[in-house]
Amino acid sequence: MSVPSLRISLRSIFSAEVQLAFRSKRQFFNALMFFVLVLVLFPLGVDPGKAFLAKSAAGLVWVACLLASMLAIESMYRQDYDDGTLEQWVVSGQPLFLIVLVKNLVQWLGTGLPLIILTPLLATMLHLPSEHIPLLMLSLLLGTPVITLIGSIGAALTVSIRSGGVLLFLLVLPLTIPVLIFGTAALNAAADGLPSNGMLTVLLLFFVLAISLCPFATSAALKMSVEQ
Amino acid sequence: MKWTFFHKLGSPKWFYDLAERWQFILLGLGLLLLCVGSVWGLFFAPPDYQQGDSFRIIYIHVPTAILAQSCYMMMAAAGLVGLVWKMKISDMFIAAAAPLGAGFTFLALFTGAVWGKPTWGTWWVWDARLTSMLLLLFLYFGVIALRSSVTQVEMRAKASAILVLVGVVNIPIIKYSVEWWNTLHQPATFTLTEKPAMPVEMWLPLLIMVIGIYCLFTGLVFVRVQNEILQREQKTKWVQALVERGGKSR
Repeated sequence: MSVPSLRISLRSIFSAEVQLAFRSKRQFFNALMFFVLVLVLFPLGVDPGKAFLAKSAAGLVWVACLLASMLAIESMYRQDYDDGTLEQWVVSGQPLFLIVLVKNLVQWLGTGLPLIILTPLLATMLHLPSEHIPLLMLSLLLGTPVITLIGSIGAALTVSIRSGGVLLFLLVLPLTIPVLIFGTAALNAAADGLPSNGMLTVLLLFFVLAISLCPFATSAALKMSVEQ
Repeated sequence: MKWTFFHKLGSPKWFYDLAERWQFILLGLGLLLLCVGSVWGLFFAPPDYQQGDSFRIIYIHVPTAILAQSCYMMMAAAGLVGLVWKMKISDMFIAAAAPLGAGFTFLALFTGAVWGKPTWGTWWVWDARLTSMLLLLFLYFGVIALRSSVTQVEMRAKASAILVLVGVVNIPIIKYSVEWWNTLHQPATFTLTEKPAMPVEMWLPLLIMVIGIYCLFTGLVFVRVQNEILQREQKTKWVQALVERGGKSR
């Protein structure tokens, strides 16, 4: 049997993954609800006053987004591992890191993008000045793919561990701190009336680094999980 | 020098004997240097003109901090060796070093907090170096947690090697982001390229402490790796013979 061309197999993996994501909307929906709930907790638990919220809205959205993405990433490869899809990818003869990239793209479309789309609503509820909302969305647009790419390494490492959930948080969250720092720094600079291009550029740099390095680590981890 | 020592590293028995021979020398030397260094540093080194005597915690803080950081680098090197050459010893080193590294990181953080109270007036500040040490502590915890939840030996070795390598790529990024984010810590005390800003009688005991703590660390790693070897190689004849002799080598 000959190996189908790379383009065809990547496209079919992409469409299969999108279909799968649509049919198992639950996990993505759960992450979204988690995102909203965490953000609702802060005004209730800390301070509903406009002064506090306007100052911390961007940070809160970023933290909630980070946690919600982690929640969805936890089960990213679980089903593929259980039903043998992972093995098929490994033996398919196609470069695994490209398949991983496709998988990451679908994962991001399922979590990162909805979170960004929901952001204007929640940012308004948190009294973020409306002129800063596009900037917040842009920083999330650059940052959430990095979170997905880094998280995917952790998901691949823990896929064969039954109680991998909390472990994933411990493994991945420290590695995502730089994204959080620069993501919120962009907004803080804007709030002080300073240009935020520098921070966005650094976020872009993180994105380029993550997209060129993480898939290799992920595919090494996936191979390891399959081999055992 | 020939490369035979590198091949020998592949043999757990050879390493066990090496560790047997060196551990007491290293542990003894380490403890001796630490005693000398701390007595010298705590009692005889001149007080700092600004911080008075409170600066003396530097003799614990700096060595533990240096070791905490370089321990992760060593683990990363071991991880790379383990992934490329599949040496058993490298994974045993990671197993032995991770808890030690976490311990030293905690000590560095703790002494940093104690030092912060008289100098900055507060136990904890979200200062760049403190924060990146805290994140390093979490990286160590991650390695330990991953190791404890994977039971299959080969997979555990690979998983922790990958994790450590991903971590080591991230450490400079984390470090510089956090540094950029906020800093009020004094710059590094020891750099390899510049002359230290401290007078000789101040940094000499510090140097002794650093060397002492490295000796202690190496000795401890040897003991712990021996333990790992005994556990993992318990099916082999030489380990069984060793146990029958009551642990005495020949």
